Amino acid sequence: MTKIIVDTVEVDVPPEFTLLQACEAAGAEVPRFCYHERLSIAGNCRMCLVEVKGAPKPVASCAQQVRDQRPGPNGEPPVVITRSPLVQKARQGVMEFLLINHPLDCPICDQGGECDLQDQAMAYGRGGSRFDENKRAVEEKHMGPLVKTAMTRCIQCTRCVRFAQEVAGVAELGATGRGEDMEITTYLEQTLTSELSANVIDLCPVGALTSRPYAFNARPWELRKTETVDVMDAVGANIRIDARADAVLRALPRVHEGVNEEWISDKTRFAVDGLQRQRLDRPYIRENGKLRAATWDEALDRAAAALSADPRRIGLIAGDLACAESMKAARDLFALLGSPNQDCRPDGAKLGGGARQGWLFNATIAGIDQADAILLIGANPRIEAPTLNARIRRAWLRGAAQVAVIGEAADLTYRYAHLGAGPKSLTDLLNGGAFLETLATAARPMIIVGQGALARPDGAQVLRAAGALAALVKAVKPEESWNGFCVLHTTAARVAGLDLGLLPGSGGLDALEMVAAADNGALDALLVLHADEMDLPAAGRGAVIYLGSHGDAGAHRADIILPGAAYTEKDATWVNTEGRVQYGRRAVFPKGEAKEDWAILRALSARLGRPLPYDDLTALRQKMIADHPTFGHVDYAPGAIDADSFDPKALGADGAMSDAQFQSPIANFYLSNPIARASETMAACVRDIAALNASRVAAE
Amino acid sequence: MLADKDRIFLNLYGVHDWRLEAARKRGAWNATADMIAAGRDWIIQQVKDSGLRGRGGAGFPTGLKWSFMPKEVKERPHYLVVNADESEPGTCKDRDMMRHDPHLLIEGCLVASFAMQAHAAYIYIRGEYVREREVLEAAIKEAYEAKLIGKGNVHGWDFDLYVHHGAGAYICGEETALLESLEGKKGQPRLKPPFPANAGLYGCPTTVNNVESIAVVPTILRRGAKWFAAIGRANNTGTKVFCVSGHVNRPCNIEEEMSLPLKTLIETHCGGVRGGWGNLKAIIPGGSSVPCIPAEICETVLMDFDALRDVKSGLGTAAVIVMDQSTDIVRAIARLSYFYKHESCGQCTPCREGTGWMWRVLERMARGDADHSEIDLLLDVAGQVEGHTICALGDAAAWPVQGLIRHFRHDIEQRIDRYRAAKGAHQVRAPVAAE
Repeated sequence: MTKIIVDTVEVDVPPEFTLLQACEAAGAEVPRFCYHERLSIAGNCRMCLVEVKGAPKPVASCAQQVRDQRPGPNGEPPVVITRSPLVQKARQGVMEFLLINHPLDCPICDQGGECDLQDQAMAYGRGGSRFDENKRAVEEKHMGPLVKTAMTRCIQCTRCVRFAQEVAGVAELGATGRGEDMEITTYLEQTLTSELSANVIDLCPVGALTSRPYAFNARPWELRKTETVDVMDAVGANIRIDARADAVLRALPRVHEGVNEEWISDKTRFAVDGLQRQRLDRPYIRENGKLRAATWDEALDRAAAALSADPRRIGLIAGDLACAESMKAARDLFALLGSPNQDCRPDGAKLGGGARQGWLFNATIAGIDQADAILLIGANPRIEAPTLNARIRRAWLRGAAQVAVIGEAADLTYRYAHLGAGPKSLTDLLNGGAFLETLATAARPMIIVGQGALARPDGAQVLRAAGALAALVKAVKPEESWNGFCVLHTTAARVAGLDLGLLPGSGGLDALEMVAAADNGALDALLVLHADEMDLPAAGRGAVIYLGSHGDAGAHRADIILPGAAYTEKDATWVNTEGRVQYGRRAVFPKGEAKEDWAILRALSARLGRPLPYDDLTALRQKMIADHPTFGHVDYAPGAIDADSFDPKALGADGAMSDAQFQSPIANFYLSNPIARASETMAACVRDIAALNASRVAAE
Repeated sequence: MLADKDRIFLNLYGVHDWRLEAARKRGAWNATADMIAAGRDWIIQQVKDSGLRGRGGAGFPTGLKWSFMPKEVKERPHYLVVNADESEPGTCKDRDMMRHDPHLLIEGCLVASFAMQAHAAYIYIRGEYVREREVLEAAIKEAYEAKLIGKGNVHGWDFDLYVHHGAGAYICGEETALLESLEGKKGQPRLKPPFPANAGLYGCPTTVNNVESIAVVPTILRRGAKWFAAIGRANNTGTKVFCVSGHVNRPCNIEEEMSLPLKTLIETHCGGVRGGWGNLKAIIPGGSSVPCIPAEICETVLMDFDALRDVKSGLGTAAVIVMDQSTDIVRAIARLSYFYKHESCGQCTPCREGTGWMWRVLERMARGDADHSEIDLLLDVAGQVEGHTICALGDAAAWPVQGLIRHFRHDIEQRIDRYRAAKGAHQVRAPVAAE
C-alpha cells in the first residue's frame, strides 16, 4: 500500500491504483469520458486532468499510477490536487473543446437525461460558447439493426472500439481518418457480428450510439424502473426493466460482479419487444380442431377434466421459461394427484438426481477469472452464454488460461485447441494427449460440459466420461476450495427444475417418453409449462394443456391454453447455471386476462379437488424453501462447498457412446425462445446476419 | 565559426561519393572495432561527457537517454530505433545526411546499439524520402557485404539494421507514434509512462534517437568527448546542422557550432536576408513548431537550446525560417496552423478540436474578418491546448500561435481595423440567425 494525498485527504491505496482510482478512494470526484473500469486505458479525452505537485503540466489521472508519482523532497507522500484553479481551467478547456463540435441537439437526442456529456457540461463546463465557426458534421454509419448512430455527436472517446476489441472480441469497430476528421466506424459499415454488440450503447457517454429499437420512444424520467433478472440464457444476468404503462420499453444491465459484470447479450437487451407480440392474453380451447377463445372457467374445467384421468396416464413437462414457483406448484399438484410422470428436461438432457454439484457450474462464473485450463465439451458459450464467454475470452487474453474444445469448431472469439467433435475425442483425451497434461498440471482446471453433450441419447454416458476426466485431472480440489466440474445450462428454468427434483418419479416417464407414450395412446393428458423447444405429441393424441405466455410451438399444438405471465410480469425465482438463486420482479402486469402461473395452477388444483396448500406467493415460497432449502440462499453461488463429498466419476451411467458429433441445442442465437421469436428486433438481426454471411460468401 | 577540421558531415552537399569506399576515406568505419572493444560503459560515458543533446527537437541529453535502458538484457530484447521521419516544416538536415553520408549513420547505429545491447535497429524513414531510402538501403547492403554489420561481422557484435518507410504522417515523428506505426498499427502516440526505455517497440526496451544524434556519435568517439564539448558553450555543445530557408539570398544546410549568433549564421552562410538585414520581419528559429521571434531579438540571440528558450522560443530542429518584411505573418502562421490541424492524429481532445479552431480563427484573422477580442480568445484556446495533450503535437500547434500574438498582435489588430474600415462597420461579422 502506498500513501498519497488527494487535496487534503491522505489515503492508503495499492501502488497499482491509477490516480483516478486514488482520487475516488479519497472521495474526490474526477470527471471522465474515455476511462472505463472494464476497458483498457486510452487517456484520450483529457477530462480527468489533475494537478500533481511537482509536475510541470496537469496529468491525466486515469493514465498514471500511484507508484509512478515521486514523493516530496522530505519523503512526504505525493500530492494530487483536484480542486485548484489550474484543474478547473483545464477541465473547462477540455469541456469546451468537446462541445465545440458537438451538436446542440439535446432536445432530439435519445441520450438526453442520461448523458455523461450533458451532466459533466453542467458541472464542469463554461456558461456559454465562444466558438464562432461552423460545426463539424459526420456522415451516419450503418451499424446494423441494434445500434443507431448519430456520429456527429461522437466525442471520439473510443470506448466502443476498445469494447469491441477487448471484450466482444470482434475487430470490427475502429477509427478512420485523423485529426478532427477522425470517425468511428464499423468495418465496411457492416453489422457487428457480436452477441454483445449493443453494450456499446451503454458505454457511449454521448448520444452517438443509441438503441435503434428504442429510438424516440421515451425519456428516462418517464420510465418505471424495475430491477430483475434475465431469462434468455442460464447465466441470469442482472437487468433493469424500464417500462411505461403496460409496455416494457427496454432492458438495461445492472452490475453484478459475480454474474454479468455489466454486460448483457443483445438478446437480453432487445428481445423485450417480443413481450408485446404474439401474446396469449386469454384462455383458448380447441374445438373441432380449431382453437377458440374461452373463459377461465371453461378452460380450467376442461383442464381439470383432462387431468382427472388415471394418474399414470397424465404427465407434466416444464420448459425453458418456467419459473421456480410455477414448477413447484405443478410438481406439488402432480404429487397430490399421484402421478410420477414429470420432467423439467424437454430436450432430454441426462442430468439430475444425486448431489447438486452434478448439474451446477461449480467453479462459478467468477471462477473463470482464476482458471488456467478450460475444456469445453459440447458447449458453444458464445451463443449459449455470451457474457460468460466474454469472461473466458478475458482469461485467455490475459494469457492466464489455455482453452480446448471438444465439439463444434465455432468462432468463440478466442483461440483454442480443437480436440475433436464428438465422444470419441473425449475417450481419446481420457487415454492421454497434450491437453490432458495441461489439465492435469493446471492449478485451476475447468471442464465445462454443455447441453450439446448431454441432451442426446448417450448423454448419461458422455456425462460419465466427462466426470471420469474431471476425476483423472483432479478438477475437484476441495482442499483448495476449487470445483472445476461445470455444467453449462442454456435455459433459465433448468437448474431450478433440477433443484426441485422435477424429474420422473419411480416408474415415471421422462419428457421424451411422455410424448412417445401420448403418441402411442398410452398417455391421456399432458400439462406443459412454457415448453416450446420440443416436439409435442401429434394432434389428437392426448390432451395438451399449455400454460405459457406466447403463441408459439406449444400453443399451436395445445388443446387447452392457459395464458400465463412472461418473466417481466411476475415476481419469480430463477436459479442460474452456477446455482445462484435470484429474484425476478414484476415490471408490468400480465397481458389481458393472463394470470401469474402459480395462481393458475392453484386454481386448477382447486377444480381438481386437491387444493395446493398455499394461497399466496409468500406461502408458496415458504413451502418451497422448507422443501428445498437451497432456495433459501438468495444470490449465493455454492461453488466448491461440499466439494469433498462430490465424486464426479459417479455421474451419469456406464455404456457405449455413439459417434455422433456434439451439437449446441441453440441453432440460432437470436431465436432461441418464444419471446425472442416474437421479437421484430431479433428477426431483423437474423436477416442482417444472414445477408452478411451471404455477401461474405459472394465476395470470397 | 566552425573550422573545417571540426566538421563531422564532410559530404553534406553530396559533392563526393557516398559509397563505402569514399566514406572510409573520409573517416567512417575507422576504429569502430576499438570503440566496441572499449565497452559500452565507456561509450555511454563519452556521449554523456560530450554534452550531446538530442537533435530531434526536444534537446534531451543523449547519453542520459541511453543510460535509461536496462543494464542487463532479460527475456525481452533491446532495440534501437532511429527516427528518420523528418517532417517538421523547414527541416531538411537528415535527408542530406542519409543520402550523402549514410555510412556515418549506419556506423552510429552499430555503436549505439552495442552501447544499449541491441542486436537489431530500425530506421523509420519518412515515406516521401524515396531517393534517400534507396541510398540508405544500398549503403546498408554495402555494410552487410563488407561484414561491417550483420551476423558474425568484423566488430564482433551481431547486429541487423532494417529500414522501414512511413506513409507520410507528421505524427509518426513522435517517438511513441513512430513505434506504433512500426508495429503496424495506426500512428497514434502512446501514454507515458511507461517510457520506451521500459516498454517500447513490441513492449521491449527501446531507445528512439534522431538521425543526427546517432550519426555524430562515431565521430565523437573517434575524436573524444572533450573535442565535442569544447565546441559551442556549456550545456549547448558540439556541432549542429542548421537548415536555413525562406527569405535569404542563399538558403542552405550548414554544419556550424552551437551557440553561433543567429545573425552571423544568416549573414555568413546564407548571403544575408533578402533586401538586407533591415528588411527582416521575423524568424522561426527551430522548425515550424517553435514560436517566431521578431527582428530585434534576432539581432542578438544565440542559436542554442538555452538562449532561444530564454527568448520564449526554442532551437527545435534548428530549421531557421526567415521572413522578410514582404511576409504576411498572420497568413504565414495561419498556414502553419492548417498544417497542424491536418496532421493532428485525432486521438486526444484538445489537439483534435483545438487545432481546427485555431486554424479557423486565424484564417479569418488573416483576412481581418475578426474581432479584437478574438485575439485574446485565440491565445486562450492555444493555452488550453498547450500542455493538456498526450504528446507534444498539441504544444507544437499552440506555440506558433502564441509567438504570433506575443510579437505581432499589432499586425492582427491593424488587419482587423483595415477590414472593418473597408467593409463598413455595419457589415462586421455577426452571428447568423440559424446559430
